[in-house]
Amino acid sequence: MFEVTDKDIAAGELADVVRSDSDGAVVTFSGVVRSFSKGKRVLYLEYEAYKEMAEKTMAQIGADIKERWGIERVAIRHRVGHLRIGETAVVIAVASPHRREAFEACQYAIDHIKQVVPIWKKEVWEDGEVWIGREGG
Amino acid sequence: MRVKLRLFAMYRETVGKREMEITVAEGATAGGVLEKLIRDYPSLSGLGNATMFALDEEYVAADTVVKDGQQLALLPPVSGG
Repeated sequence: MFEVTDKDIAAGELADVVRSDSDGAVVTFSGVVRSFSKGKRVLYLEYEAYKEMAEKTMAQIGADIKERWGIERVAIRHRVGHLRIGETAVVIAVASPHRREAFEACQYAIDHIKQVVPIWKKEVWEDGEVWIGREGG
Repeated sequence: MRVKLRLFAMYRETVGKREMEITVAEGATAGGVLEKLIRDYPSLSGLGNATMFALDEEYVAADTVVKDGQQLALLPPVSGG
């Protein structure tokens, strides 16, 4: 399942989606909004997505994971819209018979989401706002 | 030729639209469409070098020729995750 949504997302729900009876390991990652970025206090974030292409590229990351680790049960959900400190922006769940592959695949997933998925984050501070670009965040 | 232009983030905010139908000449490239947009909106010029392009939801190079009826998206540097 590879989904962009404007609703709340949670790691536990995604873990239930991917787990099957052959899996001894379910690894999840939650990307959470934090309050400080580059020394400035963040008030909130706005996320925007090219939804159709974002879901396609997330599915391609899933296909890469299948090819590289043989893992077929991967799910990614990314939230868009207005996110407050502490809210979850992205959740990844990976299920596999053994844990080593699940950890590696989950790390691969978040690293590549940050590089190729057409989603953008705007940070809003007390004294300004900026769309985050190659400088990261 | 008619092309549907999709705008996101800084592009969307500056132009004030999520999408627009534009007319382009035969042989126009994705990069050429961006150059024209920057001429119309000079404040976008800083983004030009870092912008990626997608045609019908696939990443393409700037020199890719755009065809009638395609959807061209201008993608600033991504920051999802």
